[in-house]
Amino acid sequence: MSQHQAELAAEGRTQHPEQPEQPVQAVSPADGAVDRRRRRVGKRRRDEHQMVPDAVFTSYYGRPIVKASPWEADIPAYLFLGGVAAGSSLLGAGAGLTGRPVLRRAGRISALGAISVSFAALVHDLGRPSRFVNMLRVAKPTSPMSVGTWILTAYGPLAGAAGAAELLTPLASRLPSAARPPIRLLGRLAGPAGLGAAVVAPAVASYTAVLLTNTSTPTWSAARKHLPFVFVGSAAAASGGLGMMLAPVSEAGPARRLALGGALLELGVERSMEASMGITAEPLHQGTGGVLMRASKTLTALGAIGSLFGGRNRLAAALSGACLMAGSACTRFGVFEAGQASARDPKYTVVPQRQRIERGESAGA
Amino acid sequence: MPSLSGPLHDPAGDAGWQESQPRKGFFTDTSICIGCKACEVACKEWNGVPDDGFNLLGSSYDNTGSLSASTWRHVAFIEQAATPASNTVSLGMPTTERPGAAMNPESAVDFRWLMSSDVCKHCTHAGCLDVCPTGSLFRTEFGTVVVQEDICNGCGYCVPACPFGVIDRRIGEQGQKNVGIAQKCTLCYDRLGAGNTPACAQACPTQSIQFGDLDELRERAAARVETLHAQGVSKARLYADSPDDGVGGAGAFFLLLDEPEVYGFPPDPVVPTRDLPQMWRHAAMAAAGLLAGAVAAFLGGRG
Repeated sequence: MSQHQAELAAEGRTQHPEQPEQPVQAVSPADGAVDRRRRRVGKRRRDEHQMVPDAVFTSYYGRPIVKASPWEADIPAYLFLGGVAAGSSLLGAGAGLTGRPVLRRAGRISALGAISVSFAALVHDLGRPSRFVNMLRVAKPTSPMSVGTWILTAYGPLAGAAGAAELLTPLASRLPSAARPPIRLLGRLAGPAGLGAAVVAPAVASYTAVLLTNTSTPTWSAARKHLPFVFVGSAAAASGGLGMMLAPVSEAGPARRLALGGALLELGVERSMEASMGITAEPLHQGTGGVLMRASKTLTALGAIGSLFGGRNRLAAALSGACLMAGSACTRFGVFEAGQASARDPKYTVVPQRQRIERGESAGA
Repeated sequence: MPSLSGPLHDPAGDAGWQESQPRKGFFTDTSICIGCKACEVACKEWNGVPDDGFNLLGSSYDNTGSLSASTWRHVAFIEQAATPASNTVSLGMPTTERPGAAMNPESAVDFRWLMSSDVCKHCTHAGCLDVCPTGSLFRTEFGTVVVQEDICNGCGYCVPACPFGVIDRRIGEQGQKNVGIAQKCTLCYDRLGAGNTPACAQACPTQSIQFGDLDELRERAAARVETLHAQGVSKARLYADSPDDGVGGAGAFFLLLDEPEVYGFPPDPVVPTRDLPQMWRHAAMAAAGLLAGAVAAFLGGRG
């Protein structure tokens, strides 16, 4: 797809500018009251050659049609930390199998820390935190949040046991002798628990994409084919970056490769995702979401270049790792904010649905 | 697993009810709504729904705004000036007809009110119910969708899931009734159980809100549209009534006099869960990719 076509797609226009398309929804009774509800879609172009009639759409006093999620910063923070935990468990398990003790320890403890904070964020976000356990009443494949709850229920204790063993084993000699047998047991369980956590970890990293895309929020819903790949890329980049920050360069090779692969996957898929989304890609370029997504791309690219060329220098590796972590956090907050913005503007609900109807692809057709 | 999209004759049976009742619903005929808001008031009174602010919104007589956790019926007011049918000017020549009798009803007036009482659609495939992780939202024996307020933990997932923007989490001071919990129209589940009509339909003075068995309401609505078309109201159409639409047909559907988005409805609503199997496949592929990538990171390269 050429740059020009991509621009058109991003504005929801799939036709060539010389074949002006009809307004998306012409408002028939034109007067002041109606004019207030009529808004322009897309930017007016300066180039006269490319002038096409702007699509107009109708709404009820410009009010939102779908409701934005009531979620606050807890949720994008969880998306980020869940990804960090998942990737860290994979690194910890791999390091354990290949004799990299510092990377193993860093991976397992990072996973424990990240998943603990995630859990706190998820409970804090509830309208009734004291009823958190009601999540365990049912198991529903139609609810990504229910599926996620059970994934975390499997993952949390495994990652927790592996992380706790790394934290407590060095302290065993300083603790009373009664505490030593349980710690020795935990130490023996750490290996299998860490491997178990690594098996579940990829699901932790990818289900969160479905959590967002299985909604009526226009920008999330339109990203449904690509977002899982963006999110696992982001998770790999962040956790690889954290491994580069915490482990010496002699052990951090796998972290560098995971980070680089993740960053490339994230940047590449994000690009094709935006090109496929039509007008609903706009919030990824505008407002808070736009700022965060630009920051995400810059930081992730910097981190990837740094890990490729400076990964064997301790300082450069740590800085690159920090860039990748920050880039991943920006991706999650950016996608989250863009979705919220898309739900608040009726344009992103009405225009794609009108286009669907005009193409004869409406749900009822 | 219950079906995720498409026509479904008996949603209550699909949800596991052994002896389900005939599916109940609303037919809201906006062509005879007079904008009295008796439905809003009756709903609040019967269901004990608190106020959600006393604001002047500057949108005609609508100072309610939209459906929300504390507004389960919302009357929309749209002021429309009609486009003149032709550019000819009447010279006031004497005729034998009553003035305006020969004119199309849609062009006989230069201005019209559209008034419409919005409500939860009680979809055949309900996004809110599909995504609820606690089982708080459930399908009743009447085929309606209801929140169990003692189960809901306020996760908020139903809010962005609804393609119509109906359900919301109640905002307010902690400790007040159901604050932090998702709330919406129950189609007066308590009144239905006692064989009564929902409060809004009971209070409606023009029978704009009609309650009954969904099959019968659909027949009545189709006849009403035919009548209006015969009278020259060519823009009259039903909304959310078709079992073939993106939510499998709504239990509460509407007769509208203009495009859906004029009233604040989505023109082509789709339950998000329709595409969930595809989303899970993509997520599984992505997860497998991450696992493979991690293995490759340890196997490949030096150091």
